[in-house]
Amino acid sequence: MTTTPEYTDIEKTPGGQKLAGPVGWLDERLGLAGMAKKNLRKVFPEHWSFMLGEIALWSFVVLLITGVFLTFWYQPSMAEVEYHGAYTPLNGLEMSSAYESTLKISFEIRGGLLIRQIHHWAAALFIAAMIAHMLRVFFTGAYRKPREINWTIGLGLLTLGLVEGFAGYSLPDDLLSGTGLRFVDGLLRSIPIVGSYIEFFVFGGEFPGDEIIPRLYMAHILLIPALILGLIAAHMLLLVYHKHTQWPGAGRTNDNVVGYPMLPVYAAKAGGFFFVVFGFTALMGAFLQINPIWAYGPYNPSEVTAGSQPDWYMGFVEGAVRIMPNWESTFFNYTWSWNVFIPGVMLMGLMFGALGAWPFIERWISGDDREHHLLERPRDAPVRTAFGVAGMSCYGMFWIAGGNDIIATQFHTDIYTITWICRIGVFVVPILAFIITKRLCISLQRKDFQTIEHGYETGIIERTPEGGYSERHAPLPVAEQYKLTARQRVPQLEAPTTTDDNGVPAPHGRKARLRAWMAEFYFDGAVDKPTTHDVEHANEHLGEHEGHPVPLGEEFQGVSETGIPRVH
Amino acid sequence: MSDSHDIEKKAPEEPIDNPGLPEHLWRPQDVDESQARRTERQISAMFLGAAGLFVAFCVVYLTVDADQTIFGWHAQNFGFGFTLGLGLLLIGVGIIQWAKKLMGDHEIVEMRHPAKSSDDDRAAVMKDINAGLNESNLGRRPMIARTLGVSLAALGLPSIFLLRDLGPLPHSQRTTVWKKGMRVVVDVTGEPIKPSDLRVGDLVNAEPAIFFEEDENGERVVSGHDLLAAKSKAAVIVVRMRPESIRPSKGRENWGIDGILCYSKICTHVGCPISLWEQQTHHLLCPCHQSTFDLADNGKVVFGPAHRPLPQLPLALDDEGYLVAVSDFPEIIAPSYPELARDQKKLDKGE
Repeated sequence: MTTTPEYTDIEKTPGGQKLAGPVGWLDERLGLAGMAKKNLRKVFPEHWSFMLGEIALWSFVVLLITGVFLTFWYQPSMAEVEYHGAYTPLNGLEMSSAYESTLKISFEIRGGLLIRQIHHWAAALFIAAMIAHMLRVFFTGAYRKPREINWTIGLGLLTLGLVEGFAGYSLPDDLLSGTGLRFVDGLLRSIPIVGSYIEFFVFGGEFPGDEIIPRLYMAHILLIPALILGLIAAHMLLLVYHKHTQWPGAGRTNDNVVGYPMLPVYAAKAGGFFFVVFGFTALMGAFLQINPIWAYGPYNPSEVTAGSQPDWYMGFVEGAVRIMPNWESTFFNYTWSWNVFIPGVMLMGLMFGALGAWPFIERWISGDDREHHLLERPRDAPVRTAFGVAGMSCYGMFWIAGGNDIIATQFHTDIYTITWICRIGVFVVPILAFIITKRLCISLQRKDFQTIEHGYETGIIERTPEGGYSERHAPLPVAEQYKLTARQRVPQLEAPTTTDDNGVPAPHGRKARLRAWMAEFYFDGAVDKPTTHDVEHANEHLGEHEGHPVPLGEEFQGVSETGIPRVH
Repeated sequence: MSDSHDIEKKAPEEPIDNPGLPEHLWRPQDVDESQARRTERQISAMFLGAAGLFVAFCVVYLTVDADQTIFGWHAQNFGFGFTLGLGLLLIGVGIIQWAKKLMGDHEIVEMRHPAKSSDDDRAAVMKDINAGLNESNLGRRPMIARTLGVSLAALGLPSIFLLRDLGPLPHSQRTTVWKKGMRVVVDVTGEPIKPSDLRVGDLVNAEPAIFFEEDENGERVVSGHDLLAAKSKAAVIVVRMRPESIRPSKGRENWGIDGILCYSKICTHVGCPISLWEQQTHHLLCPCHQSTFDLADNGKVVFGPAHRPLPQLPLALDDEGYLVAVSDFPEIIAPSYPELARDQKKLDKGE
């Protein structure tokens, strides 16, 4: 083994001595050391699921970089021009400058097509990563106090991301994106009473007008990105202030955070991950075609292609619009287009409203006012998990409905049957998903309880002198046992007092009863973790060595079916 | 909340004691310098590979032409994306490998603190706020605050008024460019249509002849945005069915010519152009949201989210035997809007 050179403090190296002046100059003006002292060695815990939000963050950075490149050539103008360019099949056609310049980026600017495709893939990834990150936070209860505000900020980011994505894919002004705008026109018109006014103000007149592309461009490259950046900054600042949540484990409690320091490990991993995300989207841009606008042709309000679909993240709204019954009514001399307004506008409001209210509702039901920094396993909050899965399955049914035409042509099925299945499915499937998920969670909780009580199955079959066979159980390592039991207890519920000591009805009696009923629903069936007594009992039981022919030893951790030693 | 404290009190003590952080496990690179050297070389190779790929990117830029292909792919796009993407990935993987294998891997414990500020801080802030409010004299001079409120509320007015010119007020949306005697022409060529051009089962995408007309200077009568806006309401389809299969409602008996009918192409749901034609059932399906209209039955909605039937354009023949419109659509075209019912009534009255 060779000796490695000793580390010299940076301020004593020649380079460091040269930098001392400028750094000191900055510190005298900015007070850098005060800020850096707190954060340079800040601890971040590790888990693969904490990476999902990072994917969203880095894909947004990729979007900023590639987006700037695209603005060098893109023309946000609806002026009609005749095309004479590198893509000969469209030569001589009338089209908007926006579409012509997008063709130019795709065919005449070297690397333009690649950057356009990276931009589009990164956008799809941005939304996907945000949703995955949100589901992670939901199913592990990471939104609980003190992080409710950050949950709300996250929802704001998701909403803005959806609008930003829609504005972005409308910009090329090809046949597909124009059809999307036609739908938005119908959507705006469906808004009760003021719909026509909103339509005319947004489009600058009757559809399609000549204003919508420049306006969307402003929103897409200035207004919404600025809002997103601001919210990301707030999201990250709160993350730093609260310190990241962690999974419970040996030495990892609600009062500490265990992990690697920002400098150097976390900075390197997170920074390196930016290059991974950028590289990954670049390879997608190289190998996977996305949005081939030249194949669709310029927008023409009298043409459409079969199989017109929005980008994937708008699929659930599209599906809702497709399966909505054709309700339209006239009263007060106004036309009310429920067939467009309910699925197009109210559904999104309902979804984001429910997501935004959930942390506050859950906290009200449980009356839990403590700070939570430990993540919960989905099984340990059965009703929350069941609600989450029900919501996902409902979203999924809407999403499937958004592709009912593609399903019909690919699987040779009747499109009306598929539509009817989705119409019923959006109500029935979530209920089934709720019941099944809740039962699964409770079963898994029981299994955890049993593992503590009876130990794990070692894979060793023993024969008793009488000739009976049984599998030997052994206690889990203490660290594993601790991990399984480091969670909240299920509270003891009490019936609310409806009257005070003198028999007078208590104030807020109805509210208290509602809360008690909801708490009963929320905690129904949840299995509590073992008590000290249970564990003592289990230890006695598992500690009995009589009847076992061979002691297992300290290092033993069980064998699999094939006899290979396991490690917990 | 008192309940949470009750829960804590009732909770039996934790069943398993916290065993504390597990023992640190050494990596091969920590104990064997040759392993560490090997990892260092691997990481450096990745960084050098990335540098090489970025140079290769420039070579592709200078040498590959736009029309070249490789394995059936667009060669430029493939070359740029492959070199750039793989290079970036190598940098990223290299840095992460460095962090995982060579940087210190001792976990650090940091204690948490409640998110809320300390009681002292809260008290100090309240004191400052009270001092500030007191010195502002707001309590003694409430008129200041109220009038300031009024002026700030009034500031909202210019902000709203400034948005007024975003667009014109919604003028009547009920008419299209169709009028009596205008020829129905094929949408691609602009040629007029004779009944003999259509066989039973045919569907032709058509437009009003005015879209192809030119004035004395050779300029198109309708062009640019006006053309797009007009198209988004006036596009039609012409279909031919067996006359006996058509069930016209009262007053529509003479709207067709020998089984040839003309309908609006714009869906009454959200305005997509409809064109999926089922010859046998006489159904027309919208590709956007699958609203289905029965063209043999006056454009009635048979499935999907659309509410209103597809408007029909009454047809006649002109002197030369070509299809022409008898009038504009008697029903309102395009997606529903709040004033639709009112406008339809006016249209019915012939205003």
